[in-house]
Amino acid sequence: MKWSSLPKVAVRSLLKNKMRSLLTSLGIIIGVGAVIIMVAIGEGSQVAIAETINSLGTNMIMIRPSFSRMGGVSRGAGSHNRLTMDDAETLKSEATLCRWVSPVVSSGDQVIGGAGNWNTSIMGVDVDYLSIRAWELTSGEFFTERDVRARAKVAVLGKTVADELFPGQDPVGERLRIRNTPFMVIGLLTEKGEDAMGRDEDDVVMAPSTTVFYRLSGGGRIHMIVASAVSPDSLEAAQEQIIGLMRTAHKLAPAEDDDFAVNTQTEIVERASETAQVMTVLLGSIAAVSLLVGGIGIMNIMLVSVTERTREIGIRMSVGGRGSDILLQFLAEAILLSLVGGIIGILLAFGIAYALEHIWHIRTVIDPAMTVLAFSFSGVVGVFFGLYPARKAAALNPIDALRHE
Amino acid sequence: MHPVIDTRGLSKTYQMGRVEVPALRDATFTVERGEFVAIMGASGSGKSTLMNLLGCLDTPTAGEYHLDGINTAGLSRNAYADIRNRKIGFVFQGFNLLARTSALENVELPLLYDRSGREFDPPKAAQSALELVGLGDRLTHESNQLSGGEQQRVAIARALVNEPALVLADEPTGNLDSRTSVEIMFMLQGLNAQGITILLVTHEQDISLFTKRIVRLHDGRIIKDEPVHHRTTREEAMAQLDARGQSLGEGRDGS
Repeated sequence: MKWSSLPKVAVRSLLKNKMRSLLTSLGIIIGVGAVIIMVAIGEGSQVAIAETINSLGTNMIMIRPSFSRMGGVSRGAGSHNRLTMDDAETLKSEATLCRWVSPVVSSGDQVIGGAGNWNTSIMGVDVDYLSIRAWELTSGEFFTERDVRARAKVAVLGKTVADELFPGQDPVGERLRIRNTPFMVIGLLTEKGEDAMGRDEDDVVMAPSTTVFYRLSGGGRIHMIVASAVSPDSLEAAQEQIIGLMRTAHKLAPAEDDDFAVNTQTEIVERASETAQVMTVLLGSIAAVSLLVGGIGIMNIMLVSVTERTREIGIRMSVGGRGSDILLQFLAEAILLSLVGGIIGILLAFGIAYALEHIWHIRTVIDPAMTVLAFSFSGVVGVFFGLYPARKAAALNPIDALRHE
Repeated sequence: MHPVIDTRGLSKTYQMGRVEVPALRDATFTVERGEFVAIMGASGSGKSTLMNLLGCLDTPTAGEYHLDGINTAGLSRNAYADIRNRKIGFVFQGFNLLARTSALENVELPLLYDRSGREFDPPKAAQSALELVGLGDRLTHESNQLSGGEQQRVAIARALVNEPALVLADEPTGNLDSRTSVEIMFMLQGLNAQGITILLVTHEQDISLFTKRIVRLHDGRIIKDEPVHHRTTREEAMAQLDARGQSLGEGRDGS
């Protein structure tokens, strides 16, 4: 048989049995579609995680009090809180590799004002906190250095708190009370959404660190100091510098453990994207198995088809078809089924990805390399699983094949 | 000029477990160009075996077979396929057309496998072969849309399309009613008159009488090889059928 007539013969043959051809391809369609869409979802979530973490703030370094050991007995995290306002001041003036530093004094409290009351977390921070967190204001303004020095009773509301206490209105200029202390609302934060742990970041009231420290939490210690390195490259150096400064400030002997912990965002990013990568691989391999099963489906139907078409094979042989002609025809049919199935699968995956993005708002990133790979793999599946039935067909004896009922 | 068929001591023995079953014994005969031969015999006489050997569908266990001057001994499977393609046109009892395929495509089929390098325009060649058997108006009909007689005519067109040296017809009228059978035999007579060599396998005496020569097989041996002195013509056969039909009270219209 001429090579040029091979595709025509295969296409005609497949079109004679449209339903069977479609059902045969279905395994490949689903397999290829699943591989692409699964990997797209995996990569999409990776991107989404990275974006969520970036939204926490760029180059952020967190200094938290650490557990302390007393004669080998761990007293648990934060059991001996040794972060002070002085530490924050020290870092502000001496940590040259940090652009911004802010203490964080947290206090959970009932906030009363406007439409009612709401239990939220009160954060006492300094003016640079918004810069560190890459956070912005929707309206009003943030407090100033002067407010911090004066322990001013001013508050900036997160979106959730504003919606609860002052639904449908701009809270700027309104008043609210926290533990019987009146506050003036001077700003409204932009919506931030959930953090990596799923906590609502907008459920917050921010006030000057000194105000919360001295007026609300009763003084003593601060919960965290956040800082921002001057650049992503200097993140590690800044971390080292902070550790040195803190050890000096806390007068720790060289043999003593740190009584504080310094963490950066990159560590969290790395861990999260590792998790997402594992998920991508997992989803991808499950889908690959379905592609394999699709291939076995092709082999199955082709085998049945060889039996069913034994007479046709006999006719083709009797008029001069060689074994190799029959082999090529069946192989071409299997490959064609796989490739057409692959194309439909790719289109299906694009359709599903579109639907996921626009209807269910699930982030998907279709990898072109993955698409090409899945498509080529479907071709390989066609050759691999088509070969056995094709060889079987080619090996038939023309006399027996002609007599086959 | 060499004969179309030239066999010397052609034998075929089948191995059934430990038992050897001789199906054809020492068949020696020749068929010259332009002959119209019937191989006659009851079932089990070895005529199917002979047909398979002559059609290069099977290899003999002993003896020689020269087809159109080619010694077929020791040739490969592929060489056999090429001989079938170039030298032989088959007409089967069960028509053996591709289902759900147009008459034209069915007839084109042998040309698809042609490796001789001959210049063919497959659709054109197939069309003229179909016109030759009187189906010029049925080119695009699929095989299941055609009557038995028409299907067999498509099969004959397919057998003729690559101008074979020999047309092998295996019980070509076996699945047809008597009137259609007469038409098919008349058509084969006409093709033979144009110089085409035809070898027909049948167990029906009536059918064999359309040919020019009858070779009788019995238990795998050629027992008789004689010319037909009075060939049946279409008119005679039809008159006979009419007479029989009237006596039975049934006028069958076969086509």
